[in-house]
Amino acid sequence: MIRSKISRDEIYHIADLAYLHLDTEQAEKLAADLSEIIGYVEKLNELSTDNVEPMMHAVPMENILREDKVRPSITKEESLRCAPLHDGEYFLVPKILEVD
Amino acid sequence: MSEYWWGRSASEISEYVKNKEISPVEVVQSFLDRIQQVDTKIDAFTQIWSDYALQQARSLEEKIVKGKSPVGPLAGVPVSIKEVICTQRGFTTCASKILAGYRSPYDATVVERLLNADAILIGKVNMDEFAMGSSTENSSIKLTRNPWNLECVPGGSSGGSAASVSAEECVISLGSDTGGSVRQPASFCGCVGLKPTYGRVSRYGLVAFASSLDQIGPLSKNVMDSATTLSVIGGRDPRDTTSVDMPLPDYSERIRKNVDTISMRIGLPKEYFTEDLNEEVKELIMKAVRILEKQGAEIVEVSLPHTEFAVATYYIICTAEASANLARFDGVRYGFRHVDSKNIIEMYKCTRSEGFGPEVQRRILLGTYVLSSGYYDAYYLKAQKVRKLITQDFEEAFQKCDVIVGPTSPTPAFRFGEKTQNPLEMYLSDIYTISVNLSALPAISVPCGLTQSGLPVGLQFIGKHFDEEYLLTVAYLYEINRGQEFGNPPLE
Repeated sequence: MIRSKISRDEIYHIADLAYLHLDTEQAEKLAADLSEIIGYVEKLNELSTDNVEPMMHAVPMENILREDKVRPSITKEESLRCAPLHDGEYFLVPKILEVD
Repeated sequence: MSEYWWGRSASEISEYVKNKEISPVEVVQSFLDRIQQVDTKIDAFTQIWSDYALQQARSLEEKIVKGKSPVGPLAGVPVSIKEVICTQRGFTTCASKILAGYRSPYDATVVERLLNADAILIGKVNMDEFAMGSSTENSSIKLTRNPWNLECVPGGSSGGSAASVSAEECVISLGSDTGGSVRQPASFCGCVGLKPTYGRVSRYGLVAFASSLDQIGPLSKNVMDSATTLSVIGGRDPRDTTSVDMPLPDYSERIRKNVDTISMRIGLPKEYFTEDLNEEVKELIMKAVRILEKQGAEIVEVSLPHTEFAVATYYIICTAEASANLARFDGVRYGFRHVDSKNIIEMYKCTRSEGFGPEVQRRILLGTYVLSSGYYDAYYLKAQKVRKLITQDFEEAFQKCDVIVGPTSPTPAFRFGEKTQNPLEMYLSDIYTISVNLSALPAISVPCGLTQSGLPVGLQFIGKHFDEEYLLTVAYLYEINRGQEFGNPPLE
């Protein structure tokens, strides 16, 4: 049976952190889904990993350096071309600061 | 000479084209006709680049006629590209609403290399949104059908790639494999799918899902064509610092050279042959093992004791990485934006909730949760430690054998809707493929037979780090001794 690991309030909190907007129905469904998945992944606690080094990289590597040289990159026009709203110079976004 | 060219291998097509026995324009036209004919049933393609493909073919023809510059190893070979790989031509949507209409300003390194090898880009193919899924049902664009049974899924996330190759709408496709996304659809659609060692192929221009697991790989009808493609797309790229500077052999040449003298110790992991494995799949795998044994392979039992923890480990690591990678989709610099927001936070939230599909949002939330304050050690750090144990299992197994053999997927292709209600059940269908990504190893799925109901089954070979040469040689040896032509799915 599904243990209710994650409450609806917790889902709203995580959604806030992830910048996602959820309605009540979605929050209910996701709380159930995530509780089931989290319940499942807690299986890892059966394993003792006290002396195990975490695997941070897929393939062991050393620092990779390169010369600090100016190289061609995409133009301003090209980078603005994909934006939903711009004025030819900048990306435009809704108001950031609330002013009285 | 036959009047149609679909159904031919890459090596055959490129030979004919190089020797001026056939015009690449004719080849491309033949494949475009094939797409016209069958893609209404399969729906593998999201974009068909007819004019561009013919234009590439004409330039290649001109180059061959002039005879001055060398002709590449994939001359005239039609290739499809998964929607997650950036192309200057057309759109790069990741099958997501949030990137609908997005045009990449640059080509991925693998795309540049295909073009340098004189391959013909024929279009882009469907996938699960942001490569998250095992059935291609999570695409925001459309459903893709399995050419062997139109009521079944093609697998995923590279479902469009596998279906397009299987239905012979192209010869090669590039997919991406984070937890099995090249191998599992290859298995479901009866074609070959190769996941190279992590770092073998540049990820520059691959839209990131889980950066420590993602790897681009080819799908094709036979092992040799995947080998040739790996020689083309592999190798160090300064634009991806995780791509490794290792010698990149001409794999097809090496395979031909090695195949007669290869010695094999084949490891069968006992954890892969439990009651979770479908009985029919198991029989076909064991039949394949006996074929390898006849070719002189020594069969040994090996153990990968942490296998049962792989799915849990994977879904912590991949969702954590995905939640970070997908933070860039905010409606500011590219893609979809929700209009009429009062302020920027509302704009971010509405854009992301409307732009991402349910599975992507589920994974972003799970990833955010496991990385959030107070939970990091319990989940993410723990998973990285278990990832180490899983990797050590393989290191130990490879003391006893040269290559590991087992099923690619516990079942053949399933029906639409069968697993969409329960995300965990869908995740568990990747049980045999995800440990390979966690351990950064190379692996290949090769068709090994059809079930009673006519669905293909894939045999997975897992090799040692950066030893694709050996892996591909064993896979090729199996393929030429399989003694069974899988040929075409029943599409006519």
